[in-house]
Amino acid sequence: MGRLLLLGPGLLYLTVLFLLPIAAIVGISFLESNRFGQLRWEVTFASFERALDPLYLRVLATSVVIAGITTLLAVLIGYPTAWAIARLPPRWRLVVLILVVLPFWTNFLVRTYAWIVLLNTEGPISGVLQGVGLIESPLQLLYTPGAVIAGLLYAYLPLMILPLYVAIDRLDPELREAARDLGASRARVFLTVTLPMTLPGALVGAIFVFVPSLGNFVIPELLGGGKTVMIGNLIRDQFLKTRNWPLASVLALSILGILLVLLILQSRLSRRYAPVSHD
Amino acid sequence: MTDPVHDATGAPPTPDDAPLLAVRSVSRSFGDVRALVDVSLDIRQNEFFALLGPSGCGKTTLLRILAGFEHPDTGSVTLGGADLLALPPERRPVNLMFQSYALFPHMSVERNVAYGLEREGLPKDEVQARVAEVLRVVGISETARRRPSQLSGGQRQRVALARAIVKRPRLLLLDEPLSALDRKVRGEMQLELKRLQHEVGITFVVVTHDQEEAMSMADRIAVFQRGRIEQVDRPVMLYERPRSLFVARFIGNNDLFPGTIAPGGLEVAGLGVLPTAESELAVGTAAWLGIRPEHIALVGEGAPRILTGEVIETQFLGGASTIAVGVSGYETPVLVTQAGATRLERGATVGLTWDPARAVVLPSE
Ligand SMILES: Nc1ncnc2c1ncn2[C@@H]1O[C@H](COP(=O)(O)OP(=O)(O)OP(=O)(O)O)[C@@H](O)[C@H]1O
Ligand SMILES: [Mg+2]
Repeated sequence: MGRLLLLGPGLLYLTVLFLLPIAAIVGISFLESNRFGQLRWEVTFASFERALDPLYLRVLATSVVIAGITTLLAVLIGYPTAWAIARLPPRWRLVVLILVVLPFWTNFLVRTYAWIVLLNTEGPISGVLQGVGLIESPLQLLYTPGAVIAGLLYAYLPLMILPLYVAIDRLDPELREAARDLGASRARVFLTVTLPMTLPGALVGAIFVFVPSLGNFVIPELLGGGKTVMIGNLIRDQFLKTRNWPLASVLALSILGILLVLLILQSRLSRRYAPVSHD
Repeated sequence: MTDPVHDATGAPPTPDDAPLLAVRSVSRSFGDVRALVDVSLDIRQNEFFALLGPSGCGKTTLLRILAGFEHPDTGSVTLGGADLLALPPERRPVNLMFQSYALFPHMSVERNVAYGLEREGLPKDEVQARVAEVLRVVGISETARRRPSQLSGGQRQRVALARAIVKRPRLLLLDEPLSALDRKVRGEMQLELKRLQHEVGITFVVVTHDQEEAMSMADRIAVFQRGRIEQVDRPVMLYERPRSLFVARFIGNNDLFPGTIAPGGLEVAGLGVLPTAESELAVGTAAWLGIRPEHIALVGEGAPRILTGEVIETQFLGGASTIAVGVSGYETPVLVTQAGATRLERGATVGLTWDPARAVVLPSE
């Protein structure tokens, strides 16, 4: 009984802010709305059929690709960064980790607007490239998928670095020495010991980056300029502009479905490399 | 013994009696800490060699230099006549069993043991056969498919050992291999390590800070203190002929008397000249007399004696008794050990005597 009381606030929070909205979305996805956005209380699969339209599927695919590339780049940049931080003398580590999360303390929109300034045709990047003679005419960096990826990467990279840092820091250096002692070259040690043992951390980071990237609609709008439409933009438009709530719900569910698959995959993989096997 | 060889033209010829491992004047400092100071050692083929010393005396540092994870500031190390320091760890015919075992937690026992053989690029069936064989030798075949986290301390230790010997290194280094085990298992494992060493015919270098462990396992022992070698000898010689005060104190119990060298023995204030074995030290030099408690005999009234005293306390320890004797003119009680139970009572007057050859002279520090 006492334990239930302790659980109370958390359960309430989860129910009101998480389970109820999801239940609502699932419920609405089986309804239909008229032109004015009013829901008709009749169970139908019409919205699911509409969601299979190649137009929507393509947006979904684009979103997955963009979020995927962002995640991949985050791993490639985050891994050496986390590694370098873990190798710093202890008193410097905290300082650098704080620097890594520092951008989170400023406003998200302000940070994104800064990228608009940077990537602008009149902006410093284009200017410098022209100055050194690498390109001749001003470069259109803004309003491209690349700009969207840069924005997402910038926003969520810390979420990759932190779990990776924890995983690398926890790795006993003697394990790497033992591998070399047994005849493994440095590259082999990385592939057979370091990588598998830090993989769970990388997977957590990947989920942390992929999830908010996939559903993001602010960055695609500001840096993609409406040309790169992601599933998040679509869902928001369906909810707020077109007011087709059932279709919006189905699209939202498709993201949830993808995330669920990813989480299952992540727990499977992590378990495989966890110290204790559960088979 | 040959001089340190710094021959750039290649390895010197190795006669049969040449040491397998030759450590020459190796020093290593970490900032102000001098972990190793001018260490020289010879280890022979098939020897069971122990590095013994208190915590922080540089034992692990020396092993890590031999394994290739640490480099000496000065000095040379050759294995079978070839320069060992020039090779990276993965190319040295040396394996290290880590103090922490350092088993790969994400691999089964089998895969842990196979790891080193796979790196040699051996065919799969040979790897399998050798892994099965070594697991049988160390007696843990039934754990082959388990993860390290699912093993007991003793089993983990055997996996670490199996993983190190399966590669048949020329030299096997073991860093406190038994320190994580409880006393009873430890005794069994000491015997087993010794048996294994005979069976696989590999040269073992074992680090320990437990003198009993070193004495019971090793053919020869190097005693370290603060990065220096105090003495290298067979266990019996270390026990009977310690060459320094530190060794006499570190290995077993000793009755120690400070004094100055006199003709025929050591002059100790308040006790006169005590007979000792012969010593090279000049008359008048400050030195210590060291004698084992079991080498002192207690004699009754009238018998010839070296010292006379009164029994302060007796302690029966099962197989033997320890008797503390207060000697007039000397503050510290003298300990005497006798086989079996003693009939002496507290307060009894006894005479003490010993064979002068048993009393070693130790230079003052
Ligand atoms: N990487 C290092 N950096 C700084 N000091 C070190 C390092 N490695 C060892 N030392 C110091 O060198 C000295 C010898 O260390 P070492 O680990 O060789 O001792 P040990 O004999 O193995 O001791 P123990 O029995 O406690 O394992 C110690 O004072 C230790 O603090
Ligand atoms: Mg040590």
